This record gives sequence, C-alpha cells and structure tokens, in this order.
Amino acid sequence: MSEAKARRSDLRYRIGLNLRAVKGRSYPRIVGANREPSWIFFEALLPLLGIAAYVFIYQFFGGQALAAITTKTAAAPWGMCGHDPCANAAAQSAAAAAVGANTNALVASVVLGGTMVAFWLNVLWSMASQLYWEKEIGNLQLYMMAPMNRMALLGGMAVGGMVMTSMRAVSTLVAGVLVFGVVFQVASPLLLLAVFFATLIALYGLGMMFASLYLLWGREAWNLSALMEEPIFFSSGFYFPLGGLLKIPGWGPAIAIAGSFIPASLGLDALRQLTLGSTAFGGNFWIFSVTTELGILVGMAVLFLILARYCLAYLETLAKREGKLTSRHQ
Amino acid sequence: MSYAVETRELTRIFAGKKKRRRRAAEEVDESVGPVTALDQVSLKIEEGELFGMLGPNGAGKTTLIKILATLLLPTSGQALVAGHDVTKDPFPIRQVINMVSGGETSGYGLLTARENIWMFSQFYGVPSNVSNSRIDELMHIFGLWDKRNAKVRMLSTGQRQKMNMIRGFVTDPDILFLDEPTLGLDVNAARTIREYVMNWVRGQKGKTVLLTTHYMAEADQMCDRIAIIDKGKILACDTPENLKRMIRTETTFRLEVDAIRDLTTFSTLQGVKNFSHKDDIAKNRSFLTFILEDEGPVAEILSTITSQGKKVHSLQKSEPTLEDVFISMVGRGFE
Repeated sequence: MSEAKARRSDLRYRIGLNLRAVKGRSYPRIVGANREPSWIFFEALLPLLGIAAYVFIYQFFGGQALAAITTKTAAAPWGMCGHDPCANAAAQSAAAAAVGANTNALVASVVLGGTMVAFWLNVLWSMASQLYWEKEIGNLQLYMMAPMNRMALLGGMAVGGMVMTSMRAVSTLVAGVLVFGVVFQVASPLLLLAVFFATLIALYGLGMMFASLYLLWGREAWNLSALMEEPIFFSSGFYFPLGGLLKIPGWGPAIAIAGSFIPASLGLDALRQLTLGSTAFGGNFWIFSVTTELGILVGMAVLFLILARYCLAYLETLAKREGKLTSRHQ
Repeated sequence: MSYAVETRELTRIFAGKKKRRRRAAEEVDESVGPVTALDQVSLKIEEGELFGMLGPNGAGKTTLIKILATLLLPTSGQALVAGHDVTKDPFPIRQVINMVSGGETSGYGLLTARENIWMFSQFYGVPSNVSNSRIDELMHIFGLWDKRNAKVRMLSTGQRQKMNMIRGFVTDPDILFLDEPTLGLDVNAARTIREYVMNWVRGQKGKTVLLTTHYMAEADQMCDRIAIIDKGKILACDTPENLKRMIRTETTFRLEVDAIRDLTTFSTLQGVKNFSHKDDIAKNRSFLTFILEDEGPVAEILSTITSQGKKVHSLQKSEPTLEDVFISMVGRGFE
C-alpha cells in the first residue's frame, strides 16, 4: 500500500475513533431498546412485584412491632418498648416513631436494592454474555475486524447498558416510592452521584471482565452468569442492609465480606446511608463509612477496568489461536 | 510492485476434537484429528486487482479470509495485508480493510438499515456526516433507498445482503474481502452486487478485492486472476483465460443419461483424463462431464453407458469452463 494512502494512527485520531465507536455501540441499546414500549411492563413494573414480597414482609413485622407498642395491658399501661414495658407516654411515642422509621428504612432498602438488581442483571446478561450473542448473530467478527480499541466496544456496551438500565431503574424507583410510600432524605446529592457513578463504573468494569471470558468459552461461560445471579442477590444485600449479616455470628460476616467484592454491595450500602441517613437502623447495619466505601469503589472501578483490558487482550489472542473467535454454536 | 495481500507458506491447522457420543447402551469417544484448512499457501495479490478464490465448500477460502481479516492466527507462515503482518501489526490493516460474507445476519433487528450501517461506520471512525452521505449514495445505487428506514428484521434476504454490502463499502476500504457475497441471492440482486464491485475496483485507483466464491461464472466474469483452491492447497493461479487455456488441448464432453450408479469403469478407460458426475434424483438423470485427451474414448464411453441399459439423452462437446479446469485438476466437480 502506498505511503500516500497510509492511514492515521496519532493519538488524536485514536481518541476520535474510539469515542465514535463508543457512541456507535451504545446507540442500539439507548435508542433501539426503547423502541419496544413493552419494556415498561416487563422491566419497570414486573420488578415491582419482585420487591413487593419483601416490602410486605417488612411492613408486616413493622405492624406487629407497632401493635405491641400501642397495645395497653395492666402490666404495660404504655405498651411494650422491646422486651420491657414503656416507662411513659413519651417513651411509647419514641418507640413507635423508631419502628416507623426502621420500617421505612427497610422498605426503602428493598426499593433501592430492586433498582440495583436491574443493573446487576444487565451486567450479567447483557454485558458479560453479550459477546456470546454477538458471535451468534455474526456481529463479533465485524467488531473484531474493526480498528477500534476493544475497550471502546465494551465501553459502548457499558454506556448503553447504563443509560438503558438507568431509565428502567428510575422507573422502578419512582413506582416504588409512589406505591409503597417510601421517604428518602438526601443530604449530600453530589456525594450520592459520586457513589452512584463509581458503583456503576465498577459494576460494568466487572461485567467487561466477564465479557472477555465469553470470547473463549462461549456458552460454557453461561453457567458462570447463572451461578452469579441468585446467590449475589443474597450475598450483596439487595433486599436487606448487608451490615446486618455482620451481626450474625459464624457465617454472617464471611458472606458479607464475600459479597463485598461485588461493587453493587458496597455501592448499595453507601447509597442507603446517603438516602436514609447514617443513623438509620441505629447506625448499626452499615459496613463502612460512605467515604471509605466510595474510595473502595473507585479502586474497584480502576482495577476491574484494567483487568478487563488485559483479560480481553489475552483471551482474544487465545481465541484467535484456537479458532474460537468467530466459530458459532460453541 | 506493491502487494495488497501477500502470503508466504501460510498454514492453518485446526486442532482435533474429542467427541463423546452415546451409541445404544455404550458411550464412545470419537477423536476427530487435526484439520489442515490451509496448507503452505503462497499468494500475491496486487493492488488494484479483483482476485478470486475458487473452490468447493471446505476448501479453505473462508479460513484464508479470516486470517487476512485479522480474525484468526495462522499456525505457521506469514500473511501480509497492505504491507503489514496480520499477526504482529493488525491495527493499520484493520484501518484499510472490510469484509462482507454471504448469508450474513449481522446488525440489530430493532435498528433501521440506515442506522445499522451508520453504527458499523463508527467503529472505523468515519464522521457521521461523511458516513450518512455515503450511506444515502450507496442506498440509491443498491436500490435500497426505499427501505432505508425499515427495521432490519423486516428486510428480505436480498435486501439484507445489499445492506451488508453497503456496510462493507461505507468505510471506503482499500482492500475488501468478499466471502461468497452473492450466496442465495436472486439473479437481479447478484447482478447489482457484481456490477458495483467490478466498477468499484476498476473505476478508482488502489482498490483491491479478494472474492471467494464457488460460482464459476461469477469468478469468470469478475476476476482479473483466480486461484483454484482445494483441501487447503492452491492448485493453480492465473487469469481465467489462461486457466481455461491450460486444458484447451483437452476435450470436454457433457452427457445427460439415465441415472447411472456404476461409475468405476469410466476411470479405467484409456484417454479419460478425469470426469465428474451430478445426479438429478427428481428426473432420474445423471449429468456426466468428461475431460478427455482427445475424442477417441467417446465411443467407448457411450458403449459403457448403453451396456448398462441406460439411455443417453444428450451429448455435447463444449468449450472448457473453470469448472472443467477444476475437474481436470481434482477429478471431481464442486458438488
């Protein structure tokens, strides 16, 4: 090829190329996916049913506790404050208020967890396994043949996934607030945004890392996603404050620590502290302070993105050597 | 001389697989040995050439294209595209190539044809205004303008393949790999694609196409040079005219006869260089092509057929085609 036709390879060109690639790959997720309005039913309203079960259980227990406080007996003329009778009317009111606040905090925790579930499922099934689907429909070879950086491809998928899932998550959040009457108190909106984005970047960085596995193992990596779905719901505390596990002797702390390696766990913990107040649940159920968790999340985001970069490069080479990069029906 | 593509003793071997199969009550391990998809392939494709790779399914055509498109690593040997090694330096190669395969199902069904093509152009860094204007122009040329806003899942096979072709051209590549681009298309759609490809290569300087096909007429009509490939080996490489001239001293006869099963006798006949046969089960006929050293064995061939109680429906002496070249070299047809 003559020198006159040599293409550019300078930094400015590469940045422009990769930004366009991110824009191009995020487009189908942002625009295409919202062309089917049925998503509102399937991805915003149906998840409400999933969280409703937990909400009703917490509200039932809250109702039981409130009944114990307000029921007057000869031995407890101002009701029961825990295991002991309330000392006076003021103590009874304070106990009733605490039960109300804790019930709201638990229900709010579930609603927040429900929104984070949307991101986790998107990471598992639309981010990690996406390269498998791309291979099946014949897109992968076209992606891998293009000059864009592979991280731009994954970045486009991640940006598209974040935007698309954010719309769904916000819908679930708004519906949860309206239906279950949850009250949030946001004291530091900027910190909240910082935690939210650090969580998303770390979470999608993890998804990008998993995505590279699908390049080589195809459908065999499917089991990994399946394995990580339900157990993570529990170990990451999607439906309860994860710090609660720390109070359970024996296996509780082990599960909480293991779950903390998923960015959603610490992110959710920090988001709950920022929207419910760090004194919610008596301040007993949090894992770390918000700033510590933000620091860990930023570290995770950087680590996962770097690992994703190297995993992808290594596994792409391996897949090209073994001839698995473009072979379908693996 | 600058080469758009150059391969030196390129070999690709796919590792064998162990398949576990259940037969009746027992489980059996079946080992499938290594498959040599490309065997010491050395080729030079000049800049500005429309080069064809002709061979039956499984000959190694797609494997070669995948290596050249930086999607597969060679087991040994070297492949250079636009002067760069596919293994060591893929980035500058990827900037100047594109690939379109027949029967491709790429893209996203929820996006329109126009959006899909635009999306792929972004992976090559083509600015949106440039890409959109190229898309519009190409959509007019390929007769897809009316379908520009149709979702891809609503397009017919032919329309979809035209969209794929536009995807291949929209990045303005210097080297375009076309892997069976007209596979399964109707006559008109195939003609549109062939004509555009020929004009694209010949109408501007520095554009190169590597076309793989198993349609003889397509290769004959389009290509400046053709390599005949079978079982991973290049058997011949020349212009279509020269390839046909190679067997011009030989005589080609085509016969349509009642379905014939016993073909062993033909290969033992004196003067029969090679032959192939194709059955039409519906019509209960066999179509035989003989490459003969001269016309001498014709009488003996006819008597062999009639001695089996079969009727000869037609006998035709014909000019050699690329298929005859292939039969002459390999001893069988493409199907």
